[in-house]
Amino acid sequence: MDKSNKSGAEALLHSLHLEGVELMFGYPGGAALHIYDAIFNQDHVDHILVRHEQGAVHAADGYARATGKPGVALVTSGPGATNAITGLATAYMDSTPVVVISGQVKSNLIGTDSFQETDMIGVSRPIVKHSFLVQRAEDIPEIVKKAFHIATTGRPGPVVIDVPKDLTDPDHKFEFTYPSEIKMRSYNPPKSGDLSKIKEAVDLIEHAKRPVIYSGGGVIQDDASDELTELARLLNFPVTNTLMGLGAFPGSDPQFMGMLGMHGTYQANMAMHNADLIVAVGARFDDRITNDPNKFSLGAKKIHIDVDAASVSKIIHADVPIVGSAKECLSVLIQEIKTRDLAIDQDQLSSWNQQISEWREAHGLNHSLLELGPQNGKILPQQVVQSLYKETEGKAFITSDVGQHQMFAAQYYHFDKPRQWINSGGLGTMGFGLPSAMGVQLAFPDETVACVTGEGSIQMCIQELSTCLQYGLPIKIINLNNAALGMVRQWQDMQYGGRHSSSTYENSLPDFVALAESYGHIGIKVSSFDDLESAMRECISLKDRLVFLDVDVDPNEHVYPMLEAGNSMDYMWLGKDKKTW
Amino acid sequence: MKRVIALLMENQPGALSRVVGLFSQRGYNIETLVVAPTTDPTLSRLTMSTQGDEKVVEQITKQLDKLIDVVMVSDLGSSDFIERELMLIKFKKDSFPRISFEDSDVVSENNEIINVQVVGTSTELDALVKEIEDSNPIEIVRSGSLGISKDANTLSIEN
Repeated sequence: MDKSNKSGAEALLHSLHLEGVELMFGYPGGAALHIYDAIFNQDHVDHILVRHEQGAVHAADGYARATGKPGVALVTSGPGATNAITGLATAYMDSTPVVVISGQVKSNLIGTDSFQETDMIGVSRPIVKHSFLVQRAEDIPEIVKKAFHIATTGRPGPVVIDVPKDLTDPDHKFEFTYPSEIKMRSYNPPKSGDLSKIKEAVDLIEHAKRPVIYSGGGVIQDDASDELTELARLLNFPVTNTLMGLGAFPGSDPQFMGMLGMHGTYQANMAMHNADLIVAVGARFDDRITNDPNKFSLGAKKIHIDVDAASVSKIIHADVPIVGSAKECLSVLIQEIKTRDLAIDQDQLSSWNQQISEWREAHGLNHSLLELGPQNGKILPQQVVQSLYKETEGKAFITSDVGQHQMFAAQYYHFDKPRQWINSGGLGTMGFGLPSAMGVQLAFPDETVACVTGEGSIQMCIQELSTCLQYGLPIKIINLNNAALGMVRQWQDMQYGGRHSSSTYENSLPDFVALAESYGHIGIKVSSFDDLESAMRECISLKDRLVFLDVDVDPNEHVYPMLEAGNSMDYMWLGKDKKTW
Repeated sequence: MKRVIALLMENQPGALSRVVGLFSQRGYNIETLVVAPTTDPTLSRLTMSTQGDEKVVEQITKQLDKLIDVVMVSDLGSSDFIERELMLIKFKKDSFPRISFEDSDVVSENNEIINVQVVGTSTELDALVKEIEDSNPIEIVRSGSLGISKDANTLSIEN
């Protein structure tokens, strides 16, 4: 136990240190200044000054997703707090462990509409796992302990600690003690799943003829990729991952069918639709996966493993619900399978795997687009992702923003490792890519971190280029520049008769090379296919510098496959004039 | 279908807003809501009635259980239970009807006004409200449903 006299601000910093926090992201302001002074006077926790509070939370989130450790952001009251909201909602939708500390006006001013006052607890309530309004300085250590416990256990999620300024007063000192463990009667996340249910799952597995393993972000969050991979290899069942789950099973493995859902591969969606058993692990059957839930994979029994009981049978009825940590449940499941001599019909299974191969051959993604050269004189956005994959040997951390570029990155960069792919899947937050890449790069200074983005998304948090210079973050920004809000335009092409309402910029885009240079970085422009690979090579080889690679891509390219809304998963657009029905 | 859900939550500021917020956030409807501290002052008991089928109620109880401040949730309709609601009715004396309801009492009376208190199930109270319509009650106040299971099960935590 650590005992000494500390102010609330010092207690906060020391508590963060005792939680193992090495850096946090933030932006100072009046209500947080006692805390910032305490930061200045210690050397355990580094502070990264961002340029906008949204960037602070995304950076903390990127750090958390890449490391598995909680990310921390510090903001001031009022606008500082409200600017953090998009970051919180992003973390909430993707269940990432982020702790946001917000300064608040002095206790006696709360409720008086004082300067820079916002009810942060109220504003953030629907988008946090939990929140604390500190009422006594002496409570700070216990609240920090609880906040980290809640953020990181069970189904992880963001936690807000709102700290009134007077409770961080340097003149009010108290005896600091940090609790070694915390127990909360109202919070006991499940660990191991019900063994009888796991045994039922084994029965279903044994009799499956057309099985699919469908895993999501929960497997990555729970560091259960090894177990998932072991299970898949043990059974030789085909695997698909959600957008959030990419990397949980090696992306370049032939057993992997690719991503499923809205822009999932033909074979993954067909397999889901025609399966007789779906083993869902850490995935939540959201609307980007199921399409119309009433038509979703009607012939399949569903085993659903999830740490969140409320996710089970929320959208799709689970025949075998297993509530527990993915890692624990998969371990027990593997043990059960190994101890029983399963009589899986191997002939049926191999003809199922054969069927999937045929689907892949018929309409799978072409992973050799670079060999085709320019298409109608233009660079395909997919070719840029393939070039990035080639030059980084598939080993880079890839963050992305939201839109077509995000889907192309998810489809064409094979993620072999968990935590390698970092994107805002649930909330779909444009502006996430660059600041989250900062968090990843700070956590892994020697690794290549690339942000695959578009000219729309990158401009939503582009001010962080300044942060990258201040802290020497050599992020590679791969801008798939189609001079339009590509995904919006795709929908307008497909569903609004090609009426491009407010999805183009009418020649108002900045010169991104000059912009990058004015922020002190390197900018490279690519307009011709012949320059793509050499420019990509140069970009990746500049290890110590941030490079903004601005690539003009074919503005007419759409993302396919694409599920036809209101139908089952086998209703897919495969091209502009090509569909499955 | 009407369902009654009871829960225990930490008696802390903000806890109630999380529960109520959950209902609007997830599109569930609250018909009645009653909250009071229990004999353990660190806990509040909240009783709510809502409309929904089995699947909706299962989701509601799971989502409520997920809230960090909620200690325990029970769908009272999952076993036999007793539901009671209190109603206060104000009449002008000259239009005071005979109330044919056994759990009713006149709780105040003067030359002008009579206040009556009635206890019953919410369905019974609904029927009574209809019955006294013609007597033009000036004001009707209802407490919302409380519930308790008939068997030995209790909503309580071991200390």
